[in-house]
Amino acid sequence: MYDTIIIGAGMSGLAAGIRLAHFDKRVCILERHSAIGGLNSFYRHRGRDYDVGLHAVTNYTPKGARRGPLAKLLRQLRLAWDEWSLAPQVGSSIAFPDVELKFSNDFELLVSEVAQKFPKQKDNLRRLVAELTDYDQLGTGDTGRSAREVVGSFIKDRLLMEMIFCPLLFYGGSKEHDMDFGQFSIMFRSIFLEGLARPLDGVRLILKLLIRKFKELGGELRLRAGVDRIAVKDGAVEKVVLANGSELQARRVLSSAGLPETLRLCDDCPNVESPEVGRLSFVESISVLDVQPCSLGHDRTIVFYNDSDEFHYEKPNEPADVRSGVICSPNNFVYGQPLADGVVRITSLANFDRWAKLDSEAYRRAKLHWYDNLVASAVRFVPDFRDSVIDTDMFTPTTIRRYTGHHSGAVYGTAKKRYDGTTHLKNLYICGTDQGFVGIIGTSISGIGVANRYLLKM
Amino acid sequence: MTTAEIRKAVLDILADIAPDEDLSDLKDDVTFRDQLELDSMDFLDIVMELRKRYRIQIPEEEYTELASMGSTVKYLEPLMKDVE
Repeated sequence: MYDTIIIGAGMSGLAAGIRLAHFDKRVCILERHSAIGGLNSFYRHRGRDYDVGLHAVTNYTPKGARRGPLAKLLRQLRLAWDEWSLAPQVGSSIAFPDVELKFSNDFELLVSEVAQKFPKQKDNLRRLVAELTDYDQLGTGDTGRSAREVVGSFIKDRLLMEMIFCPLLFYGGSKEHDMDFGQFSIMFRSIFLEGLARPLDGVRLILKLLIRKFKELGGELRLRAGVDRIAVKDGAVEKVVLANGSELQARRVLSSAGLPETLRLCDDCPNVESPEVGRLSFVESISVLDVQPCSLGHDRTIVFYNDSDEFHYEKPNEPADVRSGVICSPNNFVYGQPLADGVVRITSLANFDRWAKLDSEAYRRAKLHWYDNLVASAVRFVPDFRDSVIDTDMFTPTTIRRYTGHHSGAVYGTAKKRYDGTTHLKNLYICGTDQGFVGIIGTSISGIGVANRYLLKM
Repeated sequence: MTTAEIRKAVLDILADIAPDEDLSDLKDDVTFRDQLELDSMDFLDIVMELRKRYRIQIPEEEYTELASMGSTVKYLEPLMKDVE
């Protein structure tokens, strides 16, 4: 009998597991894959290391900062800042036709860009920042207010509104067009007021750090241990049944598999109201270059682009929507040494159904076709790197489903979050994306918050 | 435990919670909140570490006694005097 079984060895599950193991709980993490990480994972392909998910760690604050989610996370997990080896971004931008806003980990750069390009909005931006709700442990994502309405009451320029929303929706929007103002506050802080960073070795360094800590504390990790169903008795989880038929018992179960995905595992799911599966998924092209991107004049860490004055954050009808996207170069962080290869990753909105119905040959051809489309669209906003490409890969909504288990490859989960982490069963809780926090720091805080609130009690 | 040992025990917990902090000149009469910007999650952790390490139970209504090093040590003295 475990004290807690955790479903999913992603960031939130690992963070929760560390908390529980640290305080001597008997805890087991079940991961259905042979690798950990969930949405933020990594793989090796033709001799090279690739990251999935993570472009950058958001919520970056420098060593010694005592405030903010990163500092909170480090304290809660008993980790030193240096262990994360975070290198800050060089600088990013939001690129729309005829206007570009640069931003960095110093918020004043964005303020001065706005002052220059939207002079009448500078003071409004300051007023908006003063209005942001505070980032706290649980529940703050839900204010019941539309972010577009609240932001629109401060920012009186439609184009600037679209430019501010573009990065925030791309990096955490679980519903189309808009988000809750609480979510907006969290995202705005994490990207613009705090900032972006990345370890030289990518997300695998962070995952390895967390899993080592978890195991040192006596936590148990089972890989290739997919959950087949959650047996329910008297309004509580009775046992967890694995795909291989074995049965496990625990006083409490914490699932990071997503809210609708978790509810569907429960025996009593036909009687339970479940939120809709999220509609938003992504494709990503990965280009490996034989030069550093900056040698081609591409020195931005992330470029959020959109090719018209209006940003359409919605599920496209086509397999991918290349009107907008996110161009990330993991080379463009301030490391002590350069990355071995040049890399450019381009992410755009995608339609899960269009990819899921393809047979393997059509899928392979579609990947090639959309790789070309994504890159052709992106090079309108960054220097053309196509002559330097020596290898490519592509991930699609079906790849995301495979890694995250989220139905429809919904990266940021369902649009209807469960901010308090509870479910219809008294000993089943959820954490991670569907509890309401995104980004690797946010989702880890989610695991910690739910563990503290419900699972550390005797 | 002596008063000095109790102070050392609390310092060890703080060093564990905030490994990047320099605690060498921590003042006894200034709150942890003001000196280290500890928040409610951190105070809960001090309580839980005391329970884990020394089997001391602190009721929730008495968490406020842990505001500063001085008040914490004073509060813990009777509870920890018999701890080896």
